[in-house]
Formats: sequence, C-alpha cells, structure tokens
Amino acid sequence: MTKATISLNVNGQTVETQAEPRELLIHVLREQLEITGPHIGCETSHCGACTVEIDGRSVKSCTIFAVQAQGSEITTIEGLGNPDKLHVLQEKFKEHHGLQCGFCTPGMITRAHRLLIENPNPTEEEVRFGISGNLCRCTGYQNIVKAILAAASELNETEVA
Amino acid sequence: MSVEAKTLEERQAALKGLGTSRKRVEDARFTQGKGNYVDDLKMPDMLFGDFVRSQHAHAYVKSIDTTEAMALPGVIAVLTAADLEPLNLHWMPTLAGDKQMVLADGKVLFQGQEVAFVIAEDRYIAADAVDLVKVEYEELPVLVDPFKAELPDAPILREDIADQKEGAHGPRRHPNHIFTWEQGDKAATESILESAAVVAEETVYYHRTHPCPLETCGAVASMDKVNGKLTLWGTFQAPHVVRTVASMLSGIAEHNIRVVSPDIGGGFGNKVGVYPGYICAIVASIVTGKPVKWVEDRMENLTSTAFARDYWMQGKIAATAEGKITGLWCHTTADHGAFDACADPTKYPAGFMSICTGSYDIPTAYLAVDGIYTNKAPGGVAYRCSFRVTEAAYFIERMIEVLAIKLDMDAAELRRINFIKKEQFPYQSALGWEYDSGDYHTAWDKALKAVDYPALREEQAARVEEFKAGKTRKLMGIGLSHFTEIVGAGPVKNCDILGMGMFDSCEIRIHPTGSAIARLGTISQGQGHATTFAQILASEIGISADDITIEEGDTDTAPYGLGTYGSRSTPVAGAATAMAGRKIRAKAQMIAAYMLEVHDNDVEWEVDRFVVKGAPERFKTMKEIAFASYTQAIPGIEPGLEAVSYYDPPNMTYPFGAYIAVMDIDVDTGVTEIRQFYALDDCGTRINPMIIEGQVHGGLTEALAIALGQEIAYDELGNVKTGSLMDFFIPTSWETPNYVTDFTETPSPHHPIGAKGVGESPNVGGVPAFSNAINDAFRAFGSTHTNMPHDHWRIWKTANDLGLHA
Amino acid sequence: MIPGRFDYHQPDSLTAALTLLNDLGDDARVIAGGHSLIPMMKLRLAMPEHLVDLKAISDLKHITVKDGSISIGAMTTQAELIGSAELALSAPIVKETALQIADPQIRYQGTIGGNVANGDPGNDMPALMQCLDAEFQLSGLDGQRTVKAREFYEAAYFTARDDLEILTEIVFPVCTGGYAYEKQKRKIGDYATAAAAVLLTRGADGSCSHASIALTNLADTPIYCEDASKALMNSGIDDASIAAAVKSCLEIIDPVDDNRGPAAFKKHAAGIVLKRAIDNAWSRA
Repeated sequence: MTKATISLNVNGQTVETQAEPRELLIHVLREQLEITGPHIGCETSHCGACTVEIDGRSVKSCTIFAVQAQGSEITTIEGLGNPDKLHVLQEKFKEHHGLQCGFCTPGMITRAHRLLIENPNPTEEEVRFGISGNLCRCTGYQNIVKAILAAASELNETEVA
Repeated sequence: MSVEAKTLEERQAALKGLGTSRKRVEDARFTQGKGNYVDDLKMPDMLFGDFVRSQHAHAYVKSIDTTEAMALPGVIAVLTAADLEPLNLHWMPTLAGDKQMVLADGKVLFQGQEVAFVIAEDRYIAADAVDLVKVEYEELPVLVDPFKAELPDAPILREDIADQKEGAHGPRRHPNHIFTWEQGDKAATESILESAAVVAEETVYYHRTHPCPLETCGAVASMDKVNGKLTLWGTFQAPHVVRTVASMLSGIAEHNIRVVSPDIGGGFGNKVGVYPGYICAIVASIVTGKPVKWVEDRMENLTSTAFARDYWMQGKIAATAEGKITGLWCHTTADHGAFDACADPTKYPAGFMSICTGSYDIPTAYLAVDGIYTNKAPGGVAYRCSFRVTEAAYFIERMIEVLAIKLDMDAAELRRINFIKKEQFPYQSALGWEYDSGDYHTAWDKALKAVDYPALREEQAARVEEFKAGKTRKLMGIGLSHFTEIVGAGPVKNCDILGMGMFDSCEIRIHPTGSAIARLGTISQGQGHATTFAQILASEIGISADDITIEEGDTDTAPYGLGTYGSRSTPVAGAATAMAGRKIRAKAQMIAAYMLEVHDNDVEWEVDRFVVKGAPERFKTMKEIAFASYTQAIPGIEPGLEAVSYYDPPNMTYPFGAYIAVMDIDVDTGVTEIRQFYALDDCGTRINPMIIEGQVHGGLTEALAIALGQEIAYDELGNVKTGSLMDFFIPTSWETPNYVTDFTETPSPHHPIGAKGVGESPNVGGVPAFSNAINDAFRAFGSTHTNMPHDHWRIWKTANDLGLHA
Repeated sequence: MIPGRFDYHQPDSLTAALTLLNDLGDDARVIAGGHSLIPMMKLRLAMPEHLVDLKAISDLKHITVKDGSISIGAMTTQAELIGSAELALSAPIVKETALQIADPQIRYQGTIGGNVANGDPGNDMPALMQCLDAEFQLSGLDGQRTVKAREFYEAAYFTARDDLEILTEIVFPVCTGGYAYEKQKRKIGDYATAAAAVLLTRGADGSCSHASIALTNLADTPIYCEDASKALMNSGIDDASIAAAVKSCLEIIDPVDDNRGPAAFKKHAAGIVLKRAIDNAWSRA
C-alpha cells in the first residue's frame, strides 16, 4: 500500500514523513519522529496517555490516523517547556507530587495545558471534569488537581503582573 | 555563611534526609516527556513480535498453518511450540513450582493464551501476519467454576500432569487440584467453634481483578552474536531474577546476560512474573540475530498477564457473648487459572494469607487453602499488596463486621476490645507470625476522633429513620477498617523465589569530592526510589541527598536483589542501604581519627562529620574524609570509600492503619458517592512524608476501583467479559474523591531505621473500608454480607433482595 | 491493536465525497470524528478498504439558528456544540447532553453527525434527536431527502441511511422550555446504563403544553416514547401523571444484560432516571 507524504508542524518545527494511511498518529510521532513523550496506554481512547494538542484541541493520538493530521499544528509535552525553562504546569506537577511512575504525565500535562487556555481560572470540579479523559493509576489524582490549580493561579498572577 | 558556621539543625536540614518532603529527582525527565520506557527503545534493525492468541478457553490445537503469514513481505519468522521444543523452551517454570506453556503445546487452557509468535519488520506487518496464521482447534468443555473442578464430569485441564499425585506443595487429590496448604491448629479451632457462645459464619469472595498498570508489559531482547551477550530490556519488577531465569532456561551463562529495567510505567505486581512474550523475544533475537521488541496491547495485558485475587474465603469466627474473639477458621478455594503462576515465596503457596488473624489477639486459628486449576489466565499476583495480604485483610475485616452484626455490637468497639495490645508486641500470632510492633488502640482512637465517629453513627441512624419514613432514598454507610500488613519479604530462612533468598542489596561508592552513587537490587515503578533511598543514605553518611545518585535496574551494575513488590523495597533494600551506609561510616571513622590524630574511639559522629569527643572545634566532615580516602596514604586502610551490604531481614515488618470511609448509596440506582475518607497509616519511621501521602492517595484509588467495580469477569465459556478499559473499571479524576491522610509512627524495632513500607497499605486497608461502607449501609435492613465488586447493579440487587424497592 | 490496510480519501466537497462512495461501493466507509470507527478498525472488527474522511468539507460544519429552527452541520464536534453560545440559548439540552458524552478529548473529535448516523444504541445523541423531533438531511448523488430521527433507527447499527448517502445536516426546532438529559453511567467515558432526554413546556395555564421523551441504550435503537409524551401533554404534571408516563415508557424498552447489569436492573434504573429527568425538566419549564 502506498505511503503518503505527511507534513506536520510539530512543536514549532515543520516536519515531513512518510506513512501508510492506516498508521496512527501516536506511532508516527513515537517511531518516526522520535517524539516519545506521548505514550500508549489503552489503545481504545480511554486512558489519554497519548494526548497531544492538534490545532488547539486535545486529541488522543491513538485514535486518529496520521494522515488525518495532515497540515496540522501539533504540540506534545516536548513542546511545552525545555530544561532551561519548564512550563508552569511542569513545575507545579513536580512541586505538588503530581506524578509517580510518569507514564500518564505527558498526556496529563498536555491536556491540562489546553484546559487552562480555555478556562484560565477553573474550580476544582472543573479541573476534575477537564482531565477526566486521562487516567492515572498511581496518584489518585489529588495532587494532580492540586498542581493544575496551582499552575492556574500562578499563570493568572503572571498575567496580572 | 560557611558550612562550619551553620547550626546543627541547619546542617541536618541541608542533608534532606529522613523525614524530609524532598521533591522527587525523577520528575524532571517525566514532566518533560523524557522518561525512558521499554517501548521508547529503538534500535537499528529492530524487529517486532506479536502473538497469535487463542480465542478459546479450552481446546486442542489440531494444526497451525503459518504458510500465508510467512508469505507476507516483511515477516521474518513465525514461532510455534514445535520450534521452541528443541530448545526446551516451549514450557517455562512458574514462580510457584508449576510450569507454563510459552506457546500452546497441543492444547490451549485459557482465552488469550499464546499460540504462535510472529516476528516481522514492524508492528503493523506483525499484526497483519497474526491474522494470517491459521489455527485449527477442537473445542473442549470449559471449567470456569473452581467448585466444579473436582466433580465427576469436570474436564481435566492439565493433562500434562494429570497423573502426578504430588505437586510442588504436597499431595494433589485430583488432576484439577494444585495444593492444599494448612496453617494453625485445626482440631483446637474446631473444638472452640463447637463450644463458643457465638459463632459467625460467612463466605467472602474476593473477586478476580488485575493490576493493570498504565504501561503494559513488554521487552526488547538483543542477542549480540559477536560477543555472545544477550541484553534484555523490559518491564521487570525483579530484573535479577529474570536474569537468573533467562540463564537457566536459555543455557546462556548468567554473566553473558544483562537485564535492564528502564523506567517502568507502574507495576502493582503485574510485572513480577516472567511472561511468554519475554521468552519469545529472546528466542526471536537468538534466531534472527537482531533486536526484537514485544509490547503487549491492553487487551492482551488484561486477558493473559497475571491477574490478582480470585479467593473464595469461607470463614467462621468464634467469640464470647461479650465479643472477645476466641477462634478463627478459614477455608479458601483459590482459583489459580490454567497454570499455577502465583508470585509467592516458594514455601508459601497462598502467600501470607495466614496474616488473616489481622490486628486481633485471636488465640486459636486454622487456615486451609486449596489451589484449583480453571480455564482462566494464570497469575495470582500481589496487586499492590504483599502476597495475598489484601485477601487476608479483607477476609478478617469482613468477618469482624459479620461478627459485630451477630453480636449486635458496634463494629468499632468490637475491634477495640480485640486489638492486640501495645504491650503484647512482639506478638506471636496463632498462625505463626511474630508481629514486630504496633500500637493499634492509639491509631484507632485517633481515627474515630478525627471523623467524630459517634456523630456519624447518629447521623446514620437518623438517615435510616428518614429512609423508613420515605423521606430519602439514600442510605449512609460507614466503612471501618483496621488492617495489619506483613511486608518486607523476607528472611532468607523462610522466603525465597525460585530458590533465591529474598534478601536485598545496596552498594555505595563515595566519590573523591564527596558525592556518591548507590546501586540497589530493587527497581522503582513510580515509588520514587531515586529520591527516598538517597534520603536514607543522607542521614546515615552525612552527604546531602542531592549529592547522591541512586541507580537500579541494570543487572550488569547493580548488586543482586530480589526486586520491588510486596512493599519490600524499604524494609529490605532500604535496610541494606542503611547498613551499607554504616559500613561507609565505620571506615570513615578510622580515616577521620587518623586525620585528627586521635584514637578511633575518640571521635564521634555528628550529622555530617566526625568530631573529637570533648573538642567540638576539631572535626572532619564526610566530604573531607572522602577526599582523604582517595588522596592520602593511610596506614592499614585501603584507599577508596565503598561498601556493599546484602541485607537478610530478621523478620517481616508489620505496617498498620485505621481507615474510615463514609459513603452515600442511592438504593434505586445503586450509584454511590464517597463523602469522606480518612486514612491513618503507621509505616514506622517516615522517610518522605510527601511520597508517603502520594502512595496512600494512589493505593486508595486502586482500592476504590477494586471495591466498586474493577473485575476480570468470565462467562461460562471462559470468554473474558472485561477485556478493555471500557469495562475494566479504572476511576477517573471525576469518580475519585479527596482523601484525608494522617499518621502515627511506631518504628520497627528490627529495621535499621525503623521503617516498615507503605506503598501497599492503602490498598490492603482501603478495600475493606470501601466494602464495609457499602455493607454497613444495608446492616439496618438485615443484610450481613454482600460480595464485591459493589458496582451499581449489584448494589441495586442487594436493595432489591432486601425489599427496599417495594 | 493495529488496523488493517485501507486507502484514505479526503474529498473537499460533498459531491466529491458522494462520487467516491458511489465509485467505491461496499468497500468504503465514511469517517467523521472516528471515535467509534477507529477502535473497531483497531480490533479489526471493521476492515474497510477505503475511508472517506469528511473533515475537509467545510459545508458540513456549522450551527445556524434562524426562524425558530436550528440546523447543525454533521461534522460539528461535541466540543463545538458545548461551546456554542447560540445553541446554549436556543436548545440548552444539546449542551447538557454533549457534556455527558465520553470525555473532553473525545468531544473535541466526536461529531454530532457521526454520533447520530452510526446507529450505536449506546450513543446519546440519537435519543436526544428523537426527543427534539429532529430531521436528518441525507444526501446522495441523486439528491437529498429528509428522514425524521424518530424514523431513522431500525436496529443496532442499521439505519434508514443508504450506504451511498451521507448524513449532512440535522435540523430541529428551537426549544427553550424545560429540559433535562439524565444519564446513569459507571464512570466518565461510559455509555449509559440508562439515559433519558425530556423536554417539557409549561403552558400559559401552568399545565404542560408540550412534552417529548426519548431514551438511550435501553433497546437496540433509541426509544421515542410517543404515548408517554402525548399523555403528559396537556396534563398537569403531578406524581400520578409522571408515574403513568414512566410506566408507559418502561413498557416499550427492551434492555439487554451486559456488564452494566441485567435487564431487570436497567429497567428499574431507567424508571428512576426518567422520573428524575421529568422532575428536572419540569422544574426548569
């Protein structure tokens, strides 16, 4: 079966790759583009470990073909911060012990990132509802919620300042 | 301010040692998506393996035709049992003294069993080829109910050992019977039951579930034929054991095998065992000379790798009319599935189920466990608990509630009058354990006070009245749980896995400039070992935790250890770390004395330095000592500063806790709401309170899942009904409450730093708390016990059976 | 879980899409948000040889409120439904329902057209559409036709849509009366154990001037409860009339045993959920 040329903007960089139509975006990201932050947890779109952002939407990249993302702007955990300057969410997850094994973390933070863009000042309930497409087996979510609320509050303060 | 000018307290704090909520060193890479999990590994020419699996639960394999699959471009090979047989790898030993098919050898015994292994250039081609392998089956009658296993018309599952009257754990009375394991005094217990004022009886089923870490199991095997060296990366909770097993099975000398556990995305017991995928990846790499990756999908994970629980526990508990417990009797039917692949220490085929006398001073007890084969996946692992300890805790905490009903007593009070008293420790239990320490009354009283227990009971009674008056359709349940765990396996004299004593190890090297690396035989799966073990060491050797690297999981560099499960890392490897640290300190003392020109006994340790007794201004810091050890020729002392300790624990540790859940239950829909959850844990010395709290949150959420819906369910044909996360319940942030955590601190008297382990306590104590809350809600309406999982329809059924919908 | 091979097509017009479907015949499947189809393909329970993706057809993405009528393009996502201020005013039950579908990520991808056209009895939008008395626009190469939601569903995954047609638009009247979508589920992301969509309008005299009830996942199709709806209409809403309406609905449902529980339980839960939906809708009317 012929491969299609897929052009994407991933974390600010334009990339081109070849993929069969059936290749899932998560596999193209992880195996061809070596972006291994997003993970594969359930493969049935329940766990959210594979969450990336596509054109301003949080998407489970295990349930979209790479070819469908043709021409899209994609942000993964790798695009949110860098070792010299972490994103506030990354800082707050560390500070509030919002992760343990780390497997859900990239998807969780990527989802939280979009959530806070759409709702910069969420209540605890809104955070819990907003990340309900991301499963975590380790933390019981309590510290994740705390971290996201702390990030929101810091982002809001920065904005005011 | 110079270091020397700091106060003792400041120097202490700078170490970030025991008791500090130190931030985790692991988090930098995980929050940036730079973890290194097995599926992240990519190697040149790497091939990908995928399984053909049985859709039948019990069938003969008549033929396997791989022609079409082999013809598919990109397919390298298809392995079947016939290919593995010449290597004697078509079966493998289990951790429980049984053996398990690596690939179907003539028959299949559970749905999802591995039948053939396809090796292809990528995972897409491998999946296509799986579809092209044609397997012809002859279906056989299916056995899913362990109570029917020994009926005259029961199908014989394990024809390979049908004639063996003796198994790894003693006599077998039927081809579908694996073992009978007995503990305690049967005659004395039965005699007490006969004469007791009160006897409460119940059969408590702890259903089949699965650890389901977010990362599934997987491996990459790479056979370097030039150097004769096999490297195996994988999701291993016990990498050294995997190396030894791999060597024994493959015939490759152990020094030529390197096993690496990279970052692991949660384990919870799922990654203790050795799975056919690992063996097939190794064989495939040997056959092809290329690296081979195998990573299972979620459905494969839930249906073929190790399940947990599936214990039918029939109990009788005897007491005086005043509620003093006099005896406990338990017979357990243990459904082990098709192979006995329980991950238990060899001498304990039912794990530490004999901790089932719980937190109570029960003078006489008897336990028997019968292991049974059925057409289900093998396993029986300790899912976030020590071996079968959550089963034991659930059993006794349900039996206490059942007894309270029979006595018409408050269940909190019944617990209180039966707790082992503080002064009774070390306490010898009727089933053979020596509880090292505990102070149950203090913890219990603190918990009851924290939730204002009398007020809760008043509110509950008022709610019952309102319900009866038709003013509400919601009942309120108060779930009490006081658990005692037994963790830190364990003393080599009783505890081994495949003959390997269950010690653990730590090797420390202090660098010349005063930083250090420590390597351990354990492996973190999210517990934060790199953070906490450095804290233990910091307090022992006076080097800041920030200057200590912790490394685990590479068998070429780490000392031999039995791995991480059963909350054994802190009790065993943590102890090894402290002991190795003390060896470092002993040598450092001699170096310091030499440097200070005094006798060894004239210096004493103070936080981060040796000080001349009576002359506090004369000292050498550990940093100075480290430098000297590499730079000075000290008579009679070898250069360098290193130590290794292999720690054989003298006893288990016995963490305990008091949990209280308050739940509201809609009797019409079965929908439940967790209104409040209070968790008090006593894990002895607390190394990192932040991490302890995180462990408790996580364990409670797994307990919530298990109690309220998470199960591996089979239909009568042996089909798995809950094979994906649509039906296998994992709560989201929305269904999960906030928890209140608390603690008391009763250090273990035999552990070098008094720590006991905590990661699994919340699951062990949490499951009974949730289940007791549901059951308690119906107590006022005449219900004694209902089995988990307490999902909506089962709760509705309870209400319906009680006539609450009339 | 790896899907089988297929060819991917992304037509940029409806005509092009219909032509493709016509040319490719049975081997082609239309894909919208993909959250029903892709998991089926990964399990190889669906193995289409061609996928015709509708995402590039801009005509299929709109929410228009005009002259008392709402029309929604089939490719409008659940997230867009939730985010539409216009819709929140003109048919708030749509947002209430959409928020109970799946989870945030899936709502960004999942479309109203896919949800109603797939014929999955577990989907929430079909019952809502029956409750709203929506009409589905179906386009084929030969032209367009309109099918009422209440006549669209034949059996699980069988609908009035011909394989060569595309469901392009959903049209229903503005509804600003009392409303409720009540759904019992095991967790976020689950299909309904039982769910009910209810619309009630309070007339000038205080009685119910309009009523509409439909149920989700309680039979192999969504269930529009015509008799119960009519009975409530022009009646006072009281305990007796609600009980009668619930009873009438329960008589026409036919739930199946599954992991959510046995049929008897679902029937009971359906009654409770429905009563709550009626109470809630009436309190908002």
